[in-house]
Amino acid sequence: MEKNTILSIQDLSISFTTGAGEVSAIRGVNFDLHRGETIAIVGESGSGKSVTMKAIMGILSSNGKVNSGKILFSSAKEDMEEDIDLLKLDKKEMRRKINGKRIAMIFQDPMTSLNPVMTIGAQIMEGMKWHYKTPKKEAYKRAVELLQLVGITDAEKRMKNYPHQLSGGMRQRVVIAIALACNPELLICDEPTTALDVTIQAKILELIKDIQKKLDISVIYITHDLGVVAKVADYVAVMYAGKIVEKGLVNEIFYEPKHPYTWGLLSAMPDLDTNDDKLYTIPGTPPNLVNKVAGDAFAPRNIFALNIDNRLEPPMFQVSETHFASTWLLHENAPKTEMPVELKARVERMLGEAKKDGE
Amino acid sequence: MENKQPLLSVEGLHQHFKVSRSYTVKAVNGVDFVIYPGETYGLVGESGSGKSTIGRSLIRLYNPTAGKIVFDGENISGKMSKSTEKHLRTNMQMIFQDPMACLNPRKKVLEIIAQGLDIHHICKNKKEREDMVYQILEKVGLSKEHANRYPHQFSGGQRQRIGIARALIMNPKLIIADEAISALDVSIQAQVVNLMKDIQKETNTAILFIAHDLSMVKYISDRIGVLHLGYLVETGTTEEIFRNPIHPYTKSLLSAIPHPNPIVEKSRVSVTYNYVTSGIDYAKGSQNHIEGTHYVLGTKEELEMWA
Ligand SMILES: Nc1ncnc2c1ncn2[C@@H]1O[C@H](COP(=O)(O)OP(=O)(O)OP(=O)(O)O)[C@@H](O)[C@H]1O
Ligand SMILES: Nc1ncnc2c1ncn2[C@@H]1O[C@H](COP(=O)(O)OP(=O)(O)OP(=O)(O)O)[C@@H](O)[C@H]1O
Ligand SMILES: [Mg+2]
Ligand SMILES: [Mg+2]
Repeated sequence: MEKNTILSIQDLSISFTTGAGEVSAIRGVNFDLHRGETIAIVGESGSGKSVTMKAIMGILSSNGKVNSGKILFSSAKEDMEEDIDLLKLDKKEMRRKINGKRIAMIFQDPMTSLNPVMTIGAQIMEGMKWHYKTPKKEAYKRAVELLQLVGITDAEKRMKNYPHQLSGGMRQRVVIAIALACNPELLICDEPTTALDVTIQAKILELIKDIQKKLDISVIYITHDLGVVAKVADYVAVMYAGKIVEKGLVNEIFYEPKHPYTWGLLSAMPDLDTNDDKLYTIPGTPPNLVNKVAGDAFAPRNIFALNIDNRLEPPMFQVSETHFASTWLLHENAPKTEMPVELKARVERMLGEAKKDGE
Repeated sequence: MENKQPLLSVEGLHQHFKVSRSYTVKAVNGVDFVIYPGETYGLVGESGSGKSTIGRSLIRLYNPTAGKIVFDGENISGKMSKSTEKHLRTNMQMIFQDPMACLNPRKKVLEIIAQGLDIHHICKNKKEREDMVYQILEKVGLSKEHANRYPHQFSGGQRQRIGIARALIMNPKLIIADEAISALDVSIQAQVVNLMKDIQKETNTAILFIAHDLSMVKYISDRIGVLHLGYLVETGTTEEIFRNPIHPYTKSLLSAIPHPNPIVEKSRVSVTYNYVTSGIDYAKGSQNHIEGTHYVLGTKEELEMWA
């Protein structure tokens, strides 16, 4: 592993046993994350974003199993210097050494990660007491501070609230406070701001950025909101059907996307100027991963698909030093194909705005 | 649209929660609005401002502290008769913000989606019931095979669509969609929004669309209400609000919309608004007419200042 790499996922594949058969949810995922950097993972609903993160945390559901791969993690904290494969740790070691302390996760569904019969104050203090033996008084003070930090007013009174007494967005912020309580080195945010209005969203994103700068932590964001991606990400990985189909610097993905799925994703997003009677959607439905996927999983929905797509899975082609995409369109023998004209126009408009902004 | 009978009218709605003897949360403080058949009303506002609470009061998960709610010609704000309650339960459906919290984990998706049909004995036989479920699953972008899985075996976005399917299958007159699409990827968001628009055209369903994604709200809504601390601070057509926002909260909200343009977004700062330091007291303000259907909450002095 490179020196400042904190996380390296290599060839990860995961499947679930269900009544309808074996679901191959993750089919060979690879990516690296450097210390202090932010990667955003975007992609189709059901493409495997959350499952990948749960694998990092060692909390796959019981019907899931890892078929191959490594998740290497390197900590800078004193009692653990070597790279370790998180997949090799048992539940107890994960709980004692990793979860909450070094890697913290903000879950997509806040209700499932909060204890309904415990006050939120107690839940924020729990990790500090367990990992660092923080005295009660100090933990209490820090918990109130954290609540204020995530923008909850009347923080002291709210300490005594139970989760159901809070609004959706407040619960989400409590989960964020819990995650930050133990100063993790890697923060995983699965749709952290989905339930928040834009003003508080902006505040939380800035808060995470701030903490990131101060403590040099790395962040993985999973989000459907491409505006959020634009704001926070250094790198972007695009997932489709259990694989990363494109990855690169945020500017490369937004202004020079190469994979037809990424084209579709960017085209489907409405912006404030959208007035069309219908929004653009990617035609067709995602593949059923119970069946074996032959060739490129996106081919049936891809109007640019080539013959070879139905037979052979495309490798990752390198576009620049930092930009990769897995589509046969990038093969030297493929017919030259540009992104759809509507998207091209939109990219041009964005670049225009950016230029105007710079002046 | 104005001379038609509204489908829903809400007058002076208050919803307070007593948390302890000394602490009452005043979640909703005198809210008035109407929704016409076939219309989409967008409700936006700060987290904790009372949006979900309004939805939950309308569908009568709570007893409103004060106020009058008339739905489809029937008063649903006080004690309801059996027939009024049935009318409400079949014709008004809510898609909840927290999908996991409202889907029974021990029931298969087929049962969950068919629940409303079963309670109100809508299907003649098993086959009809199954067909209806399969059809709606397809419409929300899931497939037949998903019908026999349990909620925890789905991704977040797939789960959200189960909630959407469960509401749509009842063919209601009013759908309350509480952050119904925010957990979905943009392509499926677009698919669901197109679907809601189609259904709306077909059956003239009205939608109360609660969301924080303002580009989607702008796209889908005919009219918008901006809620802050349980007060509607600004209301009007989508066009009026976006062209000419007056209230400082609305302005800060619009300025905080993230643009999917990395170069612009990395350097942009949004306008902030702090109620506590602003010196504004919502309780003192009244609704001021700006133009057309555009109203803003404030005192005369405040309005002069904001203009
Ligand atoms: N316990 C499980 N049993 C069976 N299938 C599962 C289970 N958990 C997840 N899956 C399946 O694995 C796939 C990936 O799910 P995952 O939750 O990672 O999606 P996601 O990319 O996070 O989507 P979303 O954006 O909707 O949250 C989905 O098709 C999902 O149905
Ligand atoms: N059952 C309850 N008991 C006590 N307080 C409650 C209850 N339900 C809601 N509240 C409070 O009412 C206020 C409004 O909550 P509500 O859920 O309506 O907000 P919201 O506008 O939907 O916010 P979000 O965008 O975060 O979902 C909050 O202060 C919340 O804590
Ligand atoms: Mg997910
Ligand atoms: Mg809510």
